[in-house]
Parts: sequence; C-alpha cells; structure tokens
Amino acid sequence: MTLYAEKNTAITGIGQSEVSRGSSKTALELTVDAALEAIADAGLTRADIDGLATWPGSDDNLSGISPVGSPALQDALRLKLNWYAGGREAPGQYGAVFNAVGAIAAGLCRNVLIFRTVYEATARKRAYANSLIKDGERQNGPFIWYAPYYVYSAATQQALYFNLYVHKSGIKPEQIAQIAINQRRNASLNPRAIYRTPIDFEDYINSPIIATPLRLYDCDVPCDGATAIAVSRMDVAKSLRNPPVRIEAMGTSMQYRNSWTQLDALDTQAQPKVAEMMWSRTDLKPNDVDVAQLYDGFSFHTINWLENFGFCERYGAKDFIEGGGRIALEGELPVNTGGGALSGGRLHAYGAVHEACIQLWGRGDARQVKGDPQVAVTSTAGGPLAGALLLVRE
Amino acid sequence: MMPNDLQAPPGVPARTLPVTDMDSVAFWTGGARGELLIFRCADCAYYVHPPVRFCPQCESRDVAPQPVSGRGRIASFTVNHKQWVPGLPVPYVLALVALEEQDDVRIATNIVNVAPDAVRMGMKVRVVFEQQEEIAIPFFEPEDAA
Repeated sequence: MTLYAEKNTAITGIGQSEVSRGSSKTALELTVDAALEAIADAGLTRADIDGLATWPGSDDNLSGISPVGSPALQDALRLKLNWYAGGREAPGQYGAVFNAVGAIAAGLCRNVLIFRTVYEATARKRAYANSLIKDGERQNGPFIWYAPYYVYSAATQQALYFNLYVHKSGIKPEQIAQIAINQRRNASLNPRAIYRTPIDFEDYINSPIIATPLRLYDCDVPCDGATAIAVSRMDVAKSLRNPPVRIEAMGTSMQYRNSWTQLDALDTQAQPKVAEMMWSRTDLKPNDVDVAQLYDGFSFHTINWLENFGFCERYGAKDFIEGGGRIALEGELPVNTGGGALSGGRLHAYGAVHEACIQLWGRGDARQVKGDPQVAVTSTAGGPLAGALLLVRE
Repeated sequence: MMPNDLQAPPGVPARTLPVTDMDSVAFWTGGARGELLIFRCADCAYYVHPPVRFCPQCESRDVAPQPVSGRGRIASFTVNHKQWVPGLPVPYVLALVALEEQDDVRIATNIVNVAPDAVRMGMKVRVVFEQQEEIAIPFFEPEDAA
C-alpha cells in the first residue's frame, strides 16, 4: 500500500480546558490551558512546537464560534513557528488536522499544535447568539439562499436533511433516542462533561421539538472550552512519552456539490465519499474499530456515520442502535464514550479526538472501554462538509 | 402569481433579505413580474443554479435567466417549532423544493397557505411571491391550495 503522509503522523499529546456553560476565564486563557496541557502531555516544551493549526481561525466577532485564532495563541505562548494555518474553507472541522499532516509531510514542521476554541455559552448571554442570521443585516455567503426563510439556527437548516433520512429509513423516536440516552450515560462517568444526570426515553420524548425531527436532546450543547492536540512526525513521536496514536487514514473527500441547498445526497450529506476515501487508505476494516467518536452536532449525524462508515447497512442504523446495547461502553462498538457534544459540550469534533485518545491511552477511568482499545474512528459532519480520521495506537 | 406587497404584522420579525449581485438579482426580483427566473444554458438547456454564467454540463458560457413554471415538489422539509426570536410565528415549514423542470435545482423556501402538519415529502407545490423592498421573496404553496 502507498505510504500516505498521515501514517507518518501521530497524536502525541492532548489537552482540554474546563468545559462549561459560562466560563470565568477568557477564551484565550482557556486556549492557553488546553495548549499547555497538550504540550506537557506529549512531553514537549513550548520551544518544540514549530507549527500551529486551527479551524476555522478567529472569526473576529462575538459569536463565540471561534474567538481565538493562531496569531493570538502564537503570541500568547511566544511560539517560534515555521508555519501556521487557520481558515474556514476546509473539508469540515478537521481541516486543521489535514493541514497539519500536510505541513509535517512537507518538512515544514516536526511538532504541530492543533487547537479549537469555542465560547458560545458566554456569547449566548450577550445579544449575539449562534445564529445564521444577523438582525438588521442583509445576508451574504453560503446561506444566502436561506436568507428570508427564518433560518435562525443550524438546527432548522440541517433538520431538512434529517427529516428526509427519517422518511427514507423509517427510524422511530425510540431508536433515535438511544444516541442521546447512551451519551448521557457515558457523560455521567465523565467528570468534565456538562450534563451528567442520566436520561431515559420519557425524558427524551418529553423534551421540546426544535425542528422536526430534532428534539432538544438531539442537539449539542453550546459551551465555553478549548481542546488542543499535539501532532508530531512519527520519528519524533516515537521518542516521546505516550505511545504514538498514528493517523492511520483520513477522509477529506469533496466529491459532491458544495452547497447547503444543492448537495447531491440530502439524507446522508457529504459522509459516504469521505468514509470511502478513508477506508481506501488503510487495510483496516470497520470490524477492526474498537471505539467510535462520531460527530454529534446533532444525534442524526452520529446515526448517519454508523451507516456511512459501514458499521451497518444503509438505513440499518435503526436496528443497530435499537435498545442501545451495541453502542454502549460495554457494547460491540462503544460510541461517543465521553458523552460527546450532546452531553459533554459542543467542542466541535475536537472533543471527539480528545476522547478517542483518552480511550486509546487507557485513561478513561470509570468510562474506560474494556479490552485495551487500539483502533478509534472519529468524524465531522455538516451539509456538504465532512471529514474522518482513523487512529491507531502503536 | 403576482406578489402580495405585505408588510410583516407588528411584532413579527422582518424577513432577512439577501445581498444580490448582477447574476442573483434575477432570482430575487423576477417575482415582481410574477416570474421565477433560473439561469439556463442556451446550448444544452441545462438549468444552472445558483446562477453563474457557465454551464457545468457542456461548458457553454451562454447562460442567462429564464422563467420556469414555478412548480415543483417538496424534496425535504422540516416543521420548525422553536421560537428563535420574540414574535416569530411558529410552527412554520422550511423546505427544499425541487423544480419540475429539473430535479437538481432546489429552492429553499417556506411552505405557506397550508397547515404545517399537512405538509408531506414529495408534495406538489407552486411559487407565490411576497415583495419586501426590492426583493420578491419566493414562497411555495400546495398546488391544490385555494
């Protein structure tokens, strides 16, 4: 098999700030907390970091979606870099990881610090919520075609995809609910999760409908928090303190139309081609995966990924998640083991990478998956954008 | 159908209007004359949406706005229940309508003049316009609406 660049790249350390519904720290301080933790966890020092990558980069507004960019963190830590990158145009939230792999392969860097910071809980306490519409302003950009139709939230927009999925798959609320119920159970075992009180189907079905088929518990939780990941060239990684978590394969495919109205496969979004690409870059198969940290901006993304990664057949997720046993911590495919974004907080797919490493390094304590998990898959999603990483602990 | 020049009732949030350019302005203003205008290739007849003067089917640059029937089917929809801002009338239906002329042209819209719980996947709909400033906002209603 071709030696793909990602296989020569490994996660060597992870860091996570406090995650809350309203922080007493600034977004930059949360980012510094996560960054220093990741650097120390890898056994590196600030002087070893020669690259910095984030997604989407500072949005320079008060929306809280991405308040900290590379320049602010570089200067705060006085990093001496060979390279850095941020920017929202990428195949989904893992754009920063894909860029870091490229920078290492290009010989620009040995140790790249990747980070993602959100401050949406605090933002919501101000006037400016996480909204696709800015009051009193005309709309431009990718959501222009939705402008006059009261599309305030991604929930309403993405419900268009999920409702078609429900229509085609016949999935029932009792089955959908298993995603939220399972993740809350996992969150109850994770001291850093935001919502830790277990829920049952009654709680789920009695939660408010946001936009059919989404109920409140199908939606992730806006939070304040930062995640950081140290990624190193494999020869460097092997000299560090943690067993390298090799990026065995990545999926960055953009084969479909890049549009939130015209994308080819409305009910599966961009995921199928991304999964196909990821599996084409490895000899591993879906049944080699020990833990799955699947994107859960909405529970339906997770449901979609179960099918698109090939853990079950198209429209077979409803049977796969029935009763919740297969996706539980002790099940055949533990899913979103830290509570995910639904219960742990919307760290926007970077919480999922962090949790994958927690599990692969055996640090899960009460929520640790048994059997010494070695292979994890993690993913992002959203309309025309998606990305995937297959991670293997050496 | 010609536009209603209706202002939102007091307390109801104004519709957010799009920024237009010299290509998208046809789509957003054609409704003033009762026309839903979609770019179409003069050489191979393919509809190109969002509008751009390039045909991805035959690479022609001879692409310009043309009226379509205004009929289509609901490719997907959601009934939004959450009142995101004060005064927002809920529930309401957000939908993607696939045009009768070409299934891969999808228009985001609200489905109007029907009870939200009566909306179905695949339902046949037709365009109606509502004028706000210089924009004629395309909405869709069931074909059998009164």
